[in-house]
Amino acid sequence: MSLAMPAPDQAVLARRERIVAALRAIVPGEGVIAAEREMRPYESDGLTAYRQLPMVVVLPETTAQVSRVLAFCHAEGIKVVPRGAGTSLSGGALPLTDGVLLGMAKFNRIREIDLANRLAVVEPGVTNLAVTEAVEHAGFYYAPDPSSQIACTIGGNVAENSGGVHCLKYGMTTNNLLGCELVLMTGEVVRVGGKHLDAGGYDLLGIITGSEGLLGVVTEITVRLLKKPDCARAVLVGFASSEDAGECVAKIIGAGIIPGGMEMMDRPAIHAAEQFVHAGYPLDVEALLIVEVDGPRAEVDHLIARIEAIARSCRASTCRVSASEQERLLFWAGRKAAFPAVGRISPDYYCMDGTIPRARLPQVLKRMRELSETYGLAIANVFHAGDGNLHPLILYDANKPGELERTEKFGADILRLCVEVGGVLTGEHGVGVEKRDLMPAMFSEADLKQQQRLKCAFDDKGLLNPGKVFPTLHRCAELGRMHVHAGRVAFPDIPRF
Amino acid sequence: MADTVQPRDARDVEAAVQWALAEGKTVEIVGHGSKRAIGRPAQTDLTLDLSALTGVTLYEPEELVLSAKAGTPLAEIEALLAANGQQLAFEPMDYAGILGGVAGRGTIGGALAANVSGPRRIKAGAGRDHFLGFSAVSGRGETFKSGGRVVKNVTGYDLCKLIAGSWGTLAAMTEVTIKVLPRPETEQTLLILGLEPARAVEAMTCAMGSSCDVSGAAHLPAGVAGRIAADEIAAGAVTALRLEGFSPSVAERARTLEALMKPFGELATAEAPRSRAFWTAVRDVIPFAADRSNLSPLQDERPLWRVSTAPSRGAELAAMIAKGAQAQTFYDWAGGLIWVALGASDDAGAALVRRAVAATGGHATLIRAPASVRAAIDVFAPQDGAVAALTKRVKESFDPKGVLNPGRMWAGV
Repeated sequence: MSLAMPAPDQAVLARRERIVAALRAIVPGEGVIAAEREMRPYESDGLTAYRQLPMVVVLPETTAQVSRVLAFCHAEGIKVVPRGAGTSLSGGALPLTDGVLLGMAKFNRIREIDLANRLAVVEPGVTNLAVTEAVEHAGFYYAPDPSSQIACTIGGNVAENSGGVHCLKYGMTTNNLLGCELVLMTGEVVRVGGKHLDAGGYDLLGIITGSEGLLGVVTEITVRLLKKPDCARAVLVGFASSEDAGECVAKIIGAGIIPGGMEMMDRPAIHAAEQFVHAGYPLDVEALLIVEVDGPRAEVDHLIARIEAIARSCRASTCRVSASEQERLLFWAGRKAAFPAVGRISPDYYCMDGTIPRARLPQVLKRMRELSETYGLAIANVFHAGDGNLHPLILYDANKPGELERTEKFGADILRLCVEVGGVLTGEHGVGVEKRDLMPAMFSEADLKQQQRLKCAFDDKGLLNPGKVFPTLHRCAELGRMHVHAGRVAFPDIPRF
Repeated sequence: MADTVQPRDARDVEAAVQWALAEGKTVEIVGHGSKRAIGRPAQTDLTLDLSALTGVTLYEPEELVLSAKAGTPLAEIEALLAANGQQLAFEPMDYAGILGGVAGRGTIGGALAANVSGPRRIKAGAGRDHFLGFSAVSGRGETFKSGGRVVKNVTGYDLCKLIAGSWGTLAAMTEVTIKVLPRPETEQTLLILGLEPARAVEAMTCAMGSSCDVSGAAHLPAGVAGRIAADEIAAGAVTALRLEGFSPSVAERARTLEALMKPFGELATAEAPRSRAFWTAVRDVIPFAADRSNLSPLQDERPLWRVSTAPSRGAELAAMIAKGAQAQTFYDWAGGLIWVALGASDDAGAALVRRAVAATGGHATLIRAPASVRAAIDVFAPQDGAVAALTKRVKESFDPKGVLNPGRMWAGV
């Protein structure tokens, strides 16, 4: 592992036993884990290439405990890494050797379901899917649906601003929240939002969402609920080229249609998925689109007909409309199994997550094929086509010396390519440690410093999840320094009135 | 009267803020000034007029994105989008009616800085939900950017959210990128006549809890409804539910919704043109528009509050306020947004409104009141200790010397 993390604080490590004892006084019983063997499950998250044992694992059960743990760590200068279910694909929950790993799994209760106001108040350790399961008897659901939704938690979703296949139409996590309770690194408990829309002041909820656990620890979240659409149907469309598929996507959106989901797969991904789940995907195509529309029956039927016509006008070689709910789910089964399907044909795979302006897709795919040859590593692509979020899967074998390092270089090249064509480093997986050192490809030093100044407003000592998101750590005092040239700046030559 | 400078480009903006920093001066940021009368009155040394930073710099309808200089007129952007069958889904309201200004003014930067929205807020979100990226000059006199030009992005902190609704207190935006969406093919509105507010909230809750995909839910009590339209609306209270989308879909949902609403009262339907006019009036709070019969329309400064609460508590909140004062109210956002017009008083009714909001949860903003009142009381929701301290630290992280719009939201911020 070539990743440079913040230098361990030897003074903290030297006090480890006293620190563990103090934490046990705050979180009694089995809530503090200090034995190496028992800490093993926490050494990595979904980005398993990186592993690190924490100094100690703490599993609080109440906001008061979280507050006391953070206040203690703040006073003692101890780093803290928050963790939900540990499904991050960017290493957001990677522990620090001199840090407390703060696991929020015990915050697993749904506190309130308020269907009149179409919301639920949940603890951060509740899984994404559990929210929907708790309200679906009444026909409601929670819209953001990251593919890890069985396991990933709402707290983690808030930290990462998680998306999913439906976010072009229904938004990401940030568009589906109303409020939260947040514990700052000092132990202060702050309530933001509530059951109403919009903040009364600065949109602190908006800035906490997607902050990757660097600003505070969320202990309660109020999420919006939506009524389930009456029905959904999907169309499976094959194309002889990714250009044709891209044109079809552009024309669907150009026709004023925002599908509930619109996914694209390239030839290697289609073949891997078909071999795995036998979804009936055509194997003689270069690109496959799954377009799903949801809503009342009349709307769905109307739009399916329009999408079919658009697909044919874009030279679709195959076009199948789901005739039953079973068939619709089968169309999705292949897409949803694309990652494990690729896992079957390769010992390991590395999942990337850039976003590009959709029109640049053919160019990006072509360049990726060239890179694939250069690096001697195969690649398969799945793509949230509606919003331009690309998930290239690089196939590699970690047991072959040097192959992981080559894979990481290839991945970095892909992300730089995304930025070059006007896109971004990450669409939904987060920066974490994975893309941290690529941040300067997208942001200037001034951009990054302003973001870090904001972090200082929440965490003056830089103790919360340091080493994530930002490639260079600066002390808050240094970031705050101003060079004001009192009386020495001439009034600029600007039109005056 | 403060000096006004009108930067020609982003570099001018940076130079002006750097000059202010060096001289220890404060700066008020304005676009068209259409929302200038909202907030605590500005007492700044220099006015930075961004209305010359204009022009759409990127528009790709099929990518659903548009970038523009911050001073670009909102009307110009909306016209360009309409010509391409698209719109700003957050339905930005025009404050001209209630503040007595000229209709159709306002810039995209101002709309985002105030995080404006409209009746569609309940379905499509506010400005914040469509704000993808920006360039700006911080109160440190430094140019920085955040976000991007794609609709899905989690790279770095989402500073767009923070800048939206910060009323120019953190940074002066110079260019913005927003998500744009298809304009619905058609719309119609189902009207339920004669309901009391509590019953109207029940009807709206029922509609919002259906799969009819209602994109506007408002209740205008008797006496308020008549200020929007003639005919059956004028006669009494009106509860309105908007359906938008493709024609076959709107037709099917209208049938479902009618069946659902029948038990609540007498129904009527407003077809597309009337529906559009109705929702524009709701959006712009026309029932409480400034009185233009007066020779100087700006003289109309009768207090007007904008209150956001849990929809189910809306009627209760309005009733609490009405107990303590002569109040006129109407409801948007299915009961969650309440516009409250009060008679003139020393505190514009703040004590009463804040007490009611404390009981139901939510927040209240004093949108219209004489400058002397706005200088004396909290215009934005007062904050508790920890949030107030955090707010101040956030302000200082962008603007440590308090150069930009100081005190616009709260004293000392």
